[in-house]
Amino acid sequence: MAYSKKVIDHYENPRNVGTLDKAKNNVGTGLVGAPECGDVMRLQIEVDDESGVIKDAKFKTFGCGSAIASSSLATEWLKGKSVDEALAIDNMEIVKELELPPVKIHCSVLAEDAIKAAINDYRVKNDLEPIKFEDSIVH
Amino acid sequence: MTQLQLPIYLDHSATTPTDPRVVEAMIPYFTQSFGNAASRNHPFGWKAEEAVDYAREQVAKLINANPKEIIFTSGATEADNLGIKGVFEMYARKGNHIITCETEHSAVLDTCRALEKRGAEVTYLKVNGDGTINLEELKAAFTDKTILVCLMFANNEVGIIHPIKEIAAMAREHKALFMTDGTQAVGKVPVDVQELGIDIMAFTAHKLYGPKGVGALYVRRKNPRVKVTAQVDGGGHERGMRSGTLNVPGIVGFGKACEICMQEMESEAARLSKLRDKLETELLKIEESVVNGTVDSRLPHLSNISFKFVEGEGLMMGFNQEIGVSSGSACTSASLEPSYVLKAMGLDDELAHSSIRFSLGRNTTEEQIDYTIEKVSKAVQKMRDLSPLWEMHLDGIDISSIEWAEH
Repeated sequence: MAYSKKVIDHYENPRNVGTLDKAKNNVGTGLVGAPECGDVMRLQIEVDDESGVIKDAKFKTFGCGSAIASSSLATEWLKGKSVDEALAIDNMEIVKELELPPVKIHCSVLAEDAIKAAINDYRVKNDLEPIKFEDSIVH
Repeated sequence: MTQLQLPIYLDHSATTPTDPRVVEAMIPYFTQSFGNAASRNHPFGWKAEEAVDYAREQVAKLINANPKEIIFTSGATEADNLGIKGVFEMYARKGNHIITCETEHSAVLDTCRALEKRGAEVTYLKVNGDGTINLEELKAAFTDKTILVCLMFANNEVGIIHPIKEIAAMAREHKALFMTDGTQAVGKVPVDVQELGIDIMAFTAHKLYGPKGVGALYVRRKNPRVKVTAQVDGGGHERGMRSGTLNVPGIVGFGKACEICMQEMESEAARLSKLRDKLETELLKIEESVVNGTVDSRLPHLSNISFKFVEGEGLMMGFNQEIGVSSGSACTSASLEPSYVLKAMGLDDELAHSSIRFSLGRNTTEEQIDYTIEKVSKAVQKMRDLSPLWEMHLDGIDISSIEWAEH
């Protein structure tokens, strides 16, 4: 199974790798997946207090090339979006952009879950109710 | 120094390139001597039969068998099926119990599972953390219904070699037959069916620099005389045990490949174990990397290493345009499950996901090994820079203490 050019590009030049200070109130952290499943994603957002816009996003991922590419792409898309806009990111958009084959769709689901988990972490820190999401697709 | 050619092949346990000397030996049997070895009444048939007889001798010689004890098949999977199902059917009156092991190849495991549906009782021995079996456990597994012990010679994922002679003796003591899947071992290390007491053995040409699509089942003819029920019915070829027109060019290639192994195996094993040890020593300098499987008894050309906190497929992507290896990671298999062999050895799933199998072969050079060491080391570093688990490890967080969300 060959990877798409876009997956290879994100793998070779991952965007926004790193760690934000999770002690900060305006940083939301999402840690999803499990080592025994072969993929763990940590995705973080830093929200501008005044505008509510995501001014920075970082990730680290343990996983295959598609998982790395999905989280790398997610951080690219998150920057500059409002939190509400970020909530609208759907895993199928990631699938489409990266041309992921069916067996790798779970990587995109994980990225979507990571975004939502990061947003909820941010909300809880700022005394907002966490949003209840429907259970993600089994993967 | 010669120019390094890319990509580098370090996946010889999956398959080997056909040796050019083997290809050369095969060619006349496609166009000139194309006869059917079963055609008894003209020179076309005679010539093909002669070639098959000669190849049968070459194959038999490599394992110290009698040529009449070699049944040609389409490969090791078919041979495994024929051996196990053939014994189960032939010895049904004696019993229905088979002893095998959790780390066998799926050609053995799935065959045993299929037989369970037909009334077989199968004991799947567990393995120790280093992949070895416990001989006491084997001893305790025998019943008066045991007809067959089927344990592989060398494991395909970690390369460990089971104590075949002891196991065979134990089977004999309990009046059971001993079969071994010799796919990874024959042509790589000495395999002497007489000395070791093997009754049945499956092996294949393409793992020993022969062509794909041809294999063999060794079936002992004396002390005891073993019989297996045919699984493919037809013209009664191969002494009635495997019907079907013989793959003459393939068999000729198999024979030639065995002859070359016979001559070169010893020096080749010494050369490859030296290169393997270099690769392993250098890669183990990377912190948090471990060898999977015992190093005391194993194939000379194979090393299976886990690089903790990085995922195997992601890691491979860092060099798989240039270096071909295998991983125990789920993502590299169709099932999305990590290697059952490594799991049976008690490895945590995450370590199983982090494993890479390097298997060297006839064309492997020291330059290739040096290049591999450099490339893999860099890729591990890169993947760890990307890994949240590595960061946690550096921060002193115990990964197993975290409650991971189910998914």
